[in-house]
Amino acid sequence: MYNKLGLHDYGRHTVTLIPGDGIGPELLNHVREVFRFSCVPVDFEVVHVNSALETDDDMNNAITAIRRNGVALKGNIETKHTLPASVKSRNNVLRTSLDLYANVMHCQSLPGVQTRHKNIDIMIIRENTEGEYSSLEHESVSGVVESLKIITRNNSLRIAEYAFQLARDKGRRRVTAVHKANIMKLGDGLFLQCCKEVASGYPDITFDSMIVDNTTMQLVSKPQQFDVMVMPNLYGNVVSNVCAGLVGGPGLVPGANYGRDYAVFETATRNTGKSIAGRNIANPTALLLASCMMLDHLELNDHATSIRNAVLTTMNETRLHTADIGGQGTTLEVVQSIMRIIQSKGQLTSEF
Amino acid sequence: MAVALKRSLAVLVKSLGGPKWWQQASRSVSISASLSRVESPPARADATFKVTMLPGDGVGPELMTAVKDVFKAGDVPVEFDEFHLSEVQNMASEDKLEELLSSMKNNKVAIKGKIHTPMEFKGELASYEMRLRRKLDLFANVVHVNSLPGYSTRHNNLDLVIIREQTEGEYSSLEHESVPGVIECLKIITRAKSRRIAKFAFDYATKKGRNKVTAVHKANIMKLGDGLFLQCCAEVAQLYPKIKYENIIIDNCCMQLVQNPYQFDVLVMPNLYGNIIDNLAAGLVGGAGVVPGESYSAEYAVFETGARHPFAQAVGRNIANPTAMLLSAANMLRHLNLEYHSHMVSDAVKRVIKQGKVRTGDLGGYATSDEFTQAVIANLAV
Repeated sequence: MYNKLGLHDYGRHTVTLIPGDGIGPELLNHVREVFRFSCVPVDFEVVHVNSALETDDDMNNAITAIRRNGVALKGNIETKHTLPASVKSRNNVLRTSLDLYANVMHCQSLPGVQTRHKNIDIMIIRENTEGEYSSLEHESVSGVVESLKIITRNNSLRIAEYAFQLARDKGRRRVTAVHKANIMKLGDGLFLQCCKEVASGYPDITFDSMIVDNTTMQLVSKPQQFDVMVMPNLYGNVVSNVCAGLVGGPGLVPGANYGRDYAVFETATRNTGKSIAGRNIANPTALLLASCMMLDHLELNDHATSIRNAVLTTMNETRLHTADIGGQGTTLEVVQSIMRIIQSKGQLTSEF
Repeated sequence: MAVALKRSLAVLVKSLGGPKWWQQASRSVSISASLSRVESPPARADATFKVTMLPGDGVGPELMTAVKDVFKAGDVPVEFDEFHLSEVQNMASEDKLEELLSSMKNNKVAIKGKIHTPMEFKGELASYEMRLRRKLDLFANVVHVNSLPGYSTRHNNLDLVIIREQTEGEYSSLEHESVPGVIECLKIITRAKSRRIAKFAFDYATKKGRNKVTAVHKANIMKLGDGLFLQCCAEVAQLYPKIKYENIIIDNCCMQLVQNPYQFDVLVMPNLYGNIIDNLAAGLVGGAGVVPGESYSAEYAVFETGARHPFAQAVGRNIANPTAMLLSAANMLRHLNLEYHSHMVSDAVKRVIKQGKVRTGDLGGYATSDEFTQAVIANLAV
């Protein structure tokens, strides 16, 4: 299932890098610095996407680049509300064209970060291509808009299969499907039915279901009861943001989008962060952990572990917390601390 | 008893004659049914108010018993017309719905529990709850999320109002299987209803002295649908220059509610997001047993809990928390202009919670629902 198509010239991988908008470019530069410093055998092919333009050429270039390399690391591309409605969300176009059907987010309480909830360890698997994000809308009568939410049997079976397989691979006990089948009886009813069918093929894993409103209430009162959660697109968006809030905010959680042939890594909550761009206060943790997930995917596990350990060790140092987790550190200080820890572990590094 | 009646009559007459009535009359979309109450026939000789009661499923009947007990103990001049409508217990039919509607037309005010919607598709896509809301045109659901004094949660001193459009959006019950294995669900957003809920939200904010209204949407993905909703909110916001208007995307809103809920004041949103945020906010202050809610239309007002769950696992075990329903009943009394009785009930409930000696399981205590109700009744006299 985890296919890698990177070029293996001289043992180096080529990965597409899409800087995006807001804090994306600066944080991805830091990722490149850390990679260069730790001598990670990855080359980045940078593709810029200008979100202000109405044409699709930039996006098509980016998609072709990802098809070429198989793996990508990206920042969030802004969707401007002022452009006409025919210009679809670029991030969404990327996900549907490459059929990145599974969005995986692992929410874990980090020991160094103070939050109101402790001991959270939830994996969220979200269907990434259909559901409410089909971008099929029309104004049938003036002043009345119909938006279509599409649920298909194939995609529901596919995402359920992915969720259970991942749960088994990671040794997880329970999968919870999140839905609203009491209101959308046919749509979410089909999703639930598909999950139940797939569950019957995995007798070692417990399966239960919960309505999305009850889920959000349980998440804010007792999040420790959840293990693995699988859900359609919109609920996935809401639940992943709630969970990110529970563990400390958007700057801490990495996310990955997997398809059959491609994988794209980004932050879990996909924020552009326009208001903090260029001020050296953004939290680089999420993108660095996402790049570690990418290195695991490329089977460069040693590098992944060393960078991840360095990031988590830096997290424990309260002095270096950035503003979003209540500290006063700058991005640069955090990155330098990470590089210092990597160097101190004795691995081969280039000049500081 | 006569003294209490005279007092309540005096309160009623005073509020009718004062400036409050004139203010309400001048509003184009009347928030409360008080306006129509003024024009209805004069109060009956014994001056009790008639209210429709719909216990619903799950713990609804138990909670309604609690409300009735407290009202009897407090000598509240309210009489209930009970109706038992239930989809899961096969007690629902068109005739019952008609009876209920005609009762509502007379009384204009109702208190209800949750009518559970079965998950299996039995041939009817719209649940009875949705049909009731549509027939009565209860377009606005208001949930006032308040931290309870004396019960501390991870977020204290919260004071939010969530206003949710309740008749359209994702709950249109329009679904079909166009091709086998492919289901289309329609989400409908109309300009008229979006304007109406936006105006309601700003009127509510003005009436209650609130400073900020935030619209919650997902217009980056649903550009036409939520884009229309946002546009209507922005248009209405221009008529209220004293109230600050902002908008936020639903995912960011959920994350902010978990990290820093104090930045929000009044939130307005379409149907599904409202459902999610109601429950999330209820979870922040103590759960579904603690938050009251109400639904308004131009003529009717229906009072219920904020987070609507039948809680079927608790039926017969006497563990449900009556707080939400009692606070909602107190809101209903205020709506009926029975200020004295309203304060009496809500103060008693708050006092019991503050004292902390009698608490139901969901608030970390060991008391049963009956014990809690008895404690509230004991505190009514004080």
